[in-house]
Amino acid sequence: MATAAAHRTAHADGAAQEDTSAFQAAFDAAVAAEERIEPRDWMPDAYRATLVRQIAQHAHSEIIGMQPEANWITRAPSLRRKAILMAKVQDEAGHGLYLYSAAETLGTGRDELLDKLHTGRQKYSSIFNYPTLTWADVGAIGWLVDGAAITNQVPLCRCSYGPYARAMVRICKEESFHQRQGYELLLSLSRGTAEQHAMAQDAVDRWWWPSLMMFGPPDDESAHSAQSMAWKIKRHSNDELRQRFVDICVPQAESLGLTLPDPALVWNEERGHHDFGPIDWTEFHDVLKGNGPCNDQRIARRRQAHDEGAWVREAAAAHAAKHGNAGTGATHA
Amino acid sequence: MTATVHTSAALALGDDALVLSHRLGEWAGLAPVLEEEVALANIALDLLGQARVLLSMVGNEDELAYLREERAFRNLQLVEQPNGDFAHTIARQLYFSTYQRLLYGRLAEVQGEFAGLAAKAVKEVAYHQDHAEQWTLRLGDGTDLSHERMSRACESLWRFTGEMFLPLEGVDVDWTGMKDAWLESVSDVLHRATLEVPQGPQSGAWTAGAGRQGLHTESFGRMLAEMQHLHRSHPGATW
Repeated sequence: MATAAAHRTAHADGAAQEDTSAFQAAFDAAVAAEERIEPRDWMPDAYRATLVRQIAQHAHSEIIGMQPEANWITRAPSLRRKAILMAKVQDEAGHGLYLYSAAETLGTGRDELLDKLHTGRQKYSSIFNYPTLTWADVGAIGWLVDGAAITNQVPLCRCSYGPYARAMVRICKEESFHQRQGYELLLSLSRGTAEQHAMAQDAVDRWWWPSLMMFGPPDDESAHSAQSMAWKIKRHSNDELRQRFVDICVPQAESLGLTLPDPALVWNEERGHHDFGPIDWTEFHDVLKGNGPCNDQRIARRRQAHDEGAWVREAAAAHAAKHGNAGTGATHA
Repeated sequence: MTATVHTSAALALGDDALVLSHRLGEWAGLAPVLEEEVALANIALDLLGQARVLLSMVGNEDELAYLREERAFRNLQLVEQPNGDFAHTIARQLYFSTYQRLLYGRLAEVQGEFAGLAAKAVKEVAYHQDHAEQWTLRLGDGTDLSHERMSRACESLWRFTGEMFLPLEGVDVDWTGMKDAWLESVSDVLHRATLEVPQGPQSGAWTAGAGRQGLHTESFGRMLAEMQHLHRSHPGATW
């Protein structure tokens, strides 16, 4: 495929119109043929902007998503659980790194994206604005939040943009593992003492609806959906994925011995799906606007980490400048 | 070698790893750069793994971690020191990982109850030591501010380093040789980082062997309160 650089040259030569449409046609054909678009390929500006927005938001969600779980690392009730939780939070930082790298292939930079996160110009998943109030919340996040994320992300492994699709293959493998661990954590609580069972039920009660909101607004209100589906960034509609998730969760909840907090939840023979109650979209929009329980706290903590770490990054840069080697970064894979 | 000796050494080494792992876990979400989120968690996980093996040599790992009180812990006072700024965390890592690398290197070479653990752990702590060394170089020989902070951190933790070389019963290594090798290795890194080797005493009336005897610094009780709270709130429960 032709490159973006070639495209810019074409503009400079004043032959823009025909060439752009030729590039557009080649792009459309590649997408239709399920070929991967790669960083050096020409792509429509709007496609690039949509991907930057989506991948950055995804990366930010991994980074902010470390906080509600890290909240319990120092209180994990057994050494085994502590190790699992630490490994999970570490994986999330790693997922953030993959995703920032994927975003960088589109011509943006990690520093720029982090700055947009810190100043509220880019968003992260609204789910991470809910607090983790008990140990069982760690399990509920694994089972429901990671479960919803996987339902959303598995189709992204076939996304038309190559670097994003490849990042998702790696991420989904690890997420599936986290999800099973969360389920197993809840199962232990559910089968434990009466207090533990109650703790598990309370966590599921609080996380169920926010998890359903992770799929985004209903199809008729989803601004970007149609275009993203045409570009094969998105493969299924919000409501389709939400329905799939509900259908998966119902039997899992049964085998956990826990109930889902929705009196309207019932199997619909005719549709071959579960019917479920209405989502509180007012709450969803409220959290999205920054008025959720933890929005301020999450961003404040992220900015604190960044601001307090500035002298460390400056030191690494100064050292690298003096000695001509790589600055920050893990010294080991 | 009696069972008592075995137990006290495993407990001491296990508590070191457990407590330092916990402190590193406190960094999650607060590291100065994302790569350090990964690196610090990675080191914390390695240490937690070592702690679990060592404590399991003594008894039930969770009972030992969650149901002992402050006075029964045998870790070095060095590892319980609060994280402080990133320089403090790195200085603590440099001092302790150099010690662990030397100790496990020796234990891996001799036939004994710790040989198996040491053979695996020595690879991990070589990475920890490298990580601490690289950051000591960056901070010491970075900006004026980072030099100042790294220097202060190395100074303030120095008085906790003598305790590392008090012989542990049941650990058959040349402790004097260990101390010399440690001093040589740490001095070399500090010099390359344009930092002075601290001149103060490596131990004092209170710090000398205190952690190994169950005498800890004030912040340690609070750390344990947080660590143990949930487990202690549900006696007999499994997780």
